[in-house]
Amino acid sequence: MFKGKFTDNLPKIYGTYTGGFLVFCLLMALLEKNGVSAKTIGILFLAFTILIYAIIGVLSRTMQVDAYYVAGREVPTVFNGMATAADWMSGASFVAMAGGIFYGGYVYMAFLVGWTGGYVLVSSLLAPYLRKFGCYTVPDFIGTRYGGNAARLCAVLVLVLASFTYVTAQINATGTIASRFLGIPFGVGVWVGLLSILLCSMLGGMRAVTWTQVAQYIVLIIAYLIPIFWISWKDGFGIFPHFQLGTEVQRIAALEAQYGLVKNSAAAIKAAGVPGGLSYISTPHSGVAPGAMNAWKYISLAICMMVGTASLPHILMRYFTTPSVKSARRSVAWSLFFIFLLYFSAPMLATLSKISLLDPNLKTGIIGKPIKEVMAIEWVKQWIAVKQAYIADFNKDGILQLNEWFMRGDVVVLATPEMAGLPYTISGLVAAGGMAAAMSTADGLILAIANALSHDVYYNMINPKADVAKRLIVARLLLVVIGALGAYIASMRLTGILGAVAWAFDFAMSGLFFPLVLGVWWKRANRAGAIAGMLIGLGVGTAYLVYVGPAFMAKTPILGVDHLRFGIPGALASLIAMVVVSLATKEPDAETQRMVDEVRVPSGKPILSKAH
Amino acid sequence: MASNREAHWEKTHSLMVLTLAIWFFFSMVIFMFGHEINGIKFLGYPLAYYMSAQGSLAAFVILIFWSSGKQNQIDEEHGFGESEE
Repeated sequence: MFKGKFTDNLPKIYGTYTGGFLVFCLLMALLEKNGVSAKTIGILFLAFTILIYAIIGVLSRTMQVDAYYVAGREVPTVFNGMATAADWMSGASFVAMAGGIFYGGYVYMAFLVGWTGGYVLVSSLLAPYLRKFGCYTVPDFIGTRYGGNAARLCAVLVLVLASFTYVTAQINATGTIASRFLGIPFGVGVWVGLLSILLCSMLGGMRAVTWTQVAQYIVLIIAYLIPIFWISWKDGFGIFPHFQLGTEVQRIAALEAQYGLVKNSAAAIKAAGVPGGLSYISTPHSGVAPGAMNAWKYISLAICMMVGTASLPHILMRYFTTPSVKSARRSVAWSLFFIFLLYFSAPMLATLSKISLLDPNLKTGIIGKPIKEVMAIEWVKQWIAVKQAYIADFNKDGILQLNEWFMRGDVVVLATPEMAGLPYTISGLVAAGGMAAAMSTADGLILAIANALSHDVYYNMINPKADVAKRLIVARLLLVVIGALGAYIASMRLTGILGAVAWAFDFAMSGLFFPLVLGVWWKRANRAGAIAGMLIGLGVGTAYLVYVGPAFMAKTPILGVDHLRFGIPGALASLIAMVVVSLATKEPDAETQRMVDEVRVPSGKPILSKAH
Repeated sequence: MASNREAHWEKTHSLMVLTLAIWFFFSMVIFMFGHEINGIKFLGYPLAYYMSAQGSLAAFVILIFWSSGKQNQIDEEHGFGESEE
């Protein structure tokens, strides 16, 4: 069926796959019509998609070093874009983002700008140059550019800290979805999730992860967009919701004014017995508060996410897999395009979901209706039963007010199809999409950590004489160990303490941003400077986190820089330390300077050899 | 040879500065005036909301495609273009 090189057949292969997946969805809809239970459909969706990823993972097995670490550097531009998009969009992006916008409105949308704007930094400051360098891992660049194991080790330290903060949240998400839709306990779900993740990455390393991530992107984008368009058509909001929801956004603002955005006191919430983790609407959807402080809060969050994006190793390493420097650069553009498709839809989903609940003229509306009536709605009953939603009649008038409706943010994406009365097949599809998003990010992160430990620590520092077979065995062993550690921590449900996903961005920007960027853009940067930049940046950032972090000292943030934004003092300290120390010590030798010159030119041989 | 490299890097450098200036505008400058511009309507959306939901995001996508094309031109001009494998 497929002749010629594997990479030439990719459009055909993934085209067939997409068609097959759509047929599978139709089949599920047919089964649902014929009375197959919702639970069975949920299980079939998860089992079928995970099986496909596992098959791709096994077919992509390899015993070659460059295939294992950088997918043989033959991933075409557009496909690398899709893989990066899946690598990037985590369970949090898929499940929590629309919910965050639902409750946080404009203020929360700083994340949208931050998580897309960062790619401009990746494309103009880093990706093409790191590709030219020819490294296998991000610490590989630091170690070679600045020389010496100390610099390499510092980079590994930052990488592990940032990626591990991120990965437990992902395994946690796979566990939540697996447990809800397969009907198994959360503790077991986490290990089922891990097993599926390892099936994709263990045998084929980066090559296997790349081809499964492309497959996962296709599933997750279909699962995200279908419900949005469907609801918009069904309820008459327009054929292309993205361009037609302006009136609904204005209507929400009018309804907010009519109902009033009331802040409940913590004592009242506690007295009413609202389960933990649920939120209610108290922030305007599209309104922007005046004042420099509010603007600064928005911008500072966007800065942290943007600079953090450009420092996260599991993203940067995706651009090591393209055939050329030119394609690495182009690939960043495609990545952002594929990410954009989901991110510009998230606010639309939040808007649709909000107008459905708020508008009393719609039959889906619940606010302003008698509580007795609302309690009788099927989806409301179900989510209240699992403590994901709650109604507290504060003013005892028997009517549901805006501040009396509580729901977990994550539920917005999962429950919107039910609210709008779509068939259960769509809920199964959304579950498969959420799983794909969490798995693909977890895979990328675990691989980034294991590769840094096996390539940079084991091969470059401990045993440089190790042969290929031994290196790859160590790499795989580490993959399992890191994964198991992540799953173990996730199963203890410590994520509340481990902190927000945003921390991963702050850690990465504190320690890695300036050493990476100045490594390319400032010839004078030297080893002592880079080490100071990494350690002082990470040290100051972490110290500030401990100072303001609500779980730690919980001091009042300085200038509004709270625990989500600790990368700002961290990265500033890193920049200052790096410049001061570099200038105070000897400039790098002639050979290093030549290396930097070479990196700046796209053509010619990479700095590091093909297999190193 | 050396001067060709220097010229190439100089152009690359200017392109980077220009790209980041546009990036700075769409990621920060606009949102400094979030409250002020939100009264303006675009497609019926309040402008600051719209930029945060779609506008700036789309600007970043276009910006990266544009600047990567521009960089390729610079590379070709100076004979550093890569042969397609």
